[in-house]
Amino acid sequence: MGKGRALSFVSSYRLRVQRRRWLIRAVRKRRDLTSVENRTRAIRKTDVLLFCTLRNEKVRLPYFLKYYRKMGVRHFLFVDNGSTDGSAEYLREQKDCSLWSTQAGYKRARFGMDWMNWLLLKYGHGHWCLTVDPDEFFVYPFCDTRPIQALTDWLDASSIKSFSAMLLDMYPKGKIGAQTYLPGQDPLEITSWFDSGNYSIQKNARYGNLWIQGGPRQRVFFADQPELAPALNKIPLVKWERKNAYVSSTHMLLPRGLNLVYDEWGGEKASGLLLHTKFLSTFDAKAREELDRKQHYNASVEYRAYADLIQDQPELWCKWSEKYINWRQLEILGLMSKGNWA
Amino acid sequence: MSRLGVVMLIHHALDRAEQVARHWAASGCPVVIHADSKVSAKAYGKFVKALSDVPDIRFSRRHRCEWGTWGIVAATQSASEQLLRDFPDVRHVFLASGSCLPLRPVQELIDYLDARPRTDFIESATTADVPWTVGGLDAERFTLRFPFAWKRHRRLFDGYVRLQRRLRVRRKMPNGIVPHMGSQWWCLTRQTLSAILDDPERGDYDRFFKRVWIPDESYFQTLARLYATDIQSRSLTLSKFDFQGKPHIFYDDHLQLLRRSDCFVARKIWPRADRLYQAFLTDADHAMKRTEPNPGKIDRIFSRATDRRTRGRPGLYMHSRFPNSRWENGMTGAKYSVFQGFAELFEDFEPWLARMTDCKVHGHVYAPGGAQFSGGQKVVSGALSSSAAIRDYRPRAFLTNLIWNARGERQCFQFGPMDHQGAALAMSRDSNATICVISGAWAVKLHQATGNFADLRAEAARLQRIESAFLDQLRDPKAKARVRIWTMSEFLENPMDRLQSIVDDLGVSAGRRLKEAPRMADLTGFAQFLQTLKNQGMHPYLMGDFPSDPAPQTLPRTPGRRPYLVKK
Repeated sequence: MGKGRALSFVSSYRLRVQRRRWLIRAVRKRRDLTSVENRTRAIRKTDVLLFCTLRNEKVRLPYFLKYYRKMGVRHFLFVDNGSTDGSAEYLREQKDCSLWSTQAGYKRARFGMDWMNWLLLKYGHGHWCLTVDPDEFFVYPFCDTRPIQALTDWLDASSIKSFSAMLLDMYPKGKIGAQTYLPGQDPLEITSWFDSGNYSIQKNARYGNLWIQGGPRQRVFFADQPELAPALNKIPLVKWERKNAYVSSTHMLLPRGLNLVYDEWGGEKASGLLLHTKFLSTFDAKAREELDRKQHYNASVEYRAYADLIQDQPELWCKWSEKYINWRQLEILGLMSKGNWA
Repeated sequence: MSRLGVVMLIHHALDRAEQVARHWAASGCPVVIHADSKVSAKAYGKFVKALSDVPDIRFSRRHRCEWGTWGIVAATQSASEQLLRDFPDVRHVFLASGSCLPLRPVQELIDYLDARPRTDFIESATTADVPWTVGGLDAERFTLRFPFAWKRHRRLFDGYVRLQRRLRVRRKMPNGIVPHMGSQWWCLTRQTLSAILDDPERGDYDRFFKRVWIPDESYFQTLARLYATDIQSRSLTLSKFDFQGKPHIFYDDHLQLLRRSDCFVARKIWPRADRLYQAFLTDADHAMKRTEPNPGKIDRIFSRATDRRTRGRPGLYMHSRFPNSRWENGMTGAKYSVFQGFAELFEDFEPWLARMTDCKVHGHVYAPGGAQFSGGQKVVSGALSSSAAIRDYRPRAFLTNLIWNARGERQCFQFGPMDHQGAALAMSRDSNATICVISGAWAVKLHQATGNFADLRAEAARLQRIESAFLDQLRDPKAKARVRIWTMSEFLENPMDRLQSIVDDLGVSAGRRLKEAPRMADLTGFAQFLQTLKNQGMHPYLMGDFPSDPAPQTLPRTPGRRPYLVKK
């Protein structure tokens, strides 16, 4: 008993030290960032903010902004990591976007998380902050009838500070890239399929978060080495406080209480999904580029696995793939939950 | 002037409160508004000014209204006193909040009350009889003292409760009143309300209730019992609470539901639910039929939501439901059957079982080379892969996924000691599992195999060890699965009856006799094979007793009338 307590004290102290380290690192890495367009003065106290790092995603931006504006996001904070396709110029023209640019290594900034942590620290305090990639589309219960403020108001009233959304890989029927994606188009028109029931979960004792793997990437790219399949658990929506820090991507954060987004006594907490529209026609070029840059997680093992298969034009679609309809379908399938929000 | 007056308690979303106050006043109801003293002077000034054009809207003395404390009652008292004093015609007083929204034309509420001039509508039940208290405090709300705010000083609050419990503090009810509780939102007659407010003993009651926990749910509810002549113990305000005791909120997409509820007033409305405010405050044409309130459907939706939050969907594992072991409330999502040894003893067991029942019959889903799904599919429902590596990486998740994905269709699969055993223990502990074992039947495959006998002997020893461990798990007191175990020789004594009972268990052809039997493997020389194993020093015991000379085994007892097993 006494020992257990001492241990938990030590480990909680260690986590605290670690959290401080990530925050100090984030503060240090702010030097990577050059402010290109800072419109953060326009942010009002109750606004929901979106934070995003990107590189050469111009083709995706028009729909991305449209989607999240409609949802009720009031201000976008972007870090442009050396785009050469005009993403930065495009974002500068958007009145609700602030933009920072950097040429520094994505990997050395812990896959962009140091930059995100810095911007969150500086601008996120007291706001509900959504941290997503340009190919991720947040879906939550009732998202077709209620704006995101309805969700965040409810979370506030329920004293909930973080909201989970598993990454759901979406893919097209047929070869990846067979249909060309055009700017402004809804990517879900092309990547409208997903795997509904092949996910597996483990608890991470140290940080208290869940570690989820599965989906089409494990099924096709990692069928022989399932343990290498990418993590799908994400906590993208957080009522930010200065003391918070993302640890690894948006998979987990500190303090660890923010990772307890799941119920352990049989019930279901409310949760959403991030529809991951990576497998568009832009994927092939992106995978090749990232493989050359070697700037991705775990020596870009993911992109190497794709590269091995991409020669044969892989197809992720199978007879049992589900076609996306709406959030209610995802809720019925058990991929997300309304919890007690009705 | 109307005989209905409204007391409105507001603390935020003042623009909506203004809208609703105007709506009440426009129907001739005088309104007295109490604004929480936390509302800033600037915002309050603006609010009062905005409503200054309406003569029948007044503002009462402001109190600090912290949740669960006396302030809310004090606010209600002040505003009610002012309403009764300033508007002598008022006969019924309706208590509402800034986030309440009248769903039916106010005139209908007035008519409804006119028809019941002496009735008090206040939910009021004794503490022993209500299930809604959250946090374990019910009777203790009245017998302990609560000087600390729960929201701001949680530790002090909890500590003081613990201390009083230890000291066995028990407060006495003044004048022996019986504590009642109920919804904060009531509609009382002038008679009852003024009796409560003008009671000579009010000082005693107020002193008592100032230290009661959440007095706004008990002060009027208790005292109304002293004076009311006709109490309808229900609230005219539709208000639902979730499992944390926090009110459910209504949004635009609840419009139809609220329309059909026939309730007079609903709370809480999300301040930005534009469509609801638009529909109910301006659109009198959509007025509902003059019927009794009927919130049944809303009740069902909200109680389902609470159920989802507290019990969840059994057998589902996802990123917001990951129960600790033994808290799953059903490890898997549906009933399923596991057959061990059947596919070895009968050559065509799987297709036969599929024909006899409506179940989905898989082969060995934990086979070393990959899951043998029905029809040889590589992927099944839910895009679950047959890859052995993926399955063996998380064998338990493979099982729960297989069952969850196929909700609605009973799954059957084969299992055996040659398979990956990663989920074996989990299955034995799962009350949804029915596990039928013919122990020792794995030896049939070895008997048929051609190979080096030394290897077969080693394999037999390995399989026997694994199956024996599995049987131990099945017989463990902690096992929850429905288990049926026969040794192979027991099973062969009367195979048809055994098969019949298995098919009956699956519940599809209950009562019907089996029309056809599966084909049994050739057992010629099997007894000799076992004897050879024994002679080599390996003791095969799980299959039961097989006499070493091939004596004729079971013959069908009533040939012709019942199907029988064909032996090669």
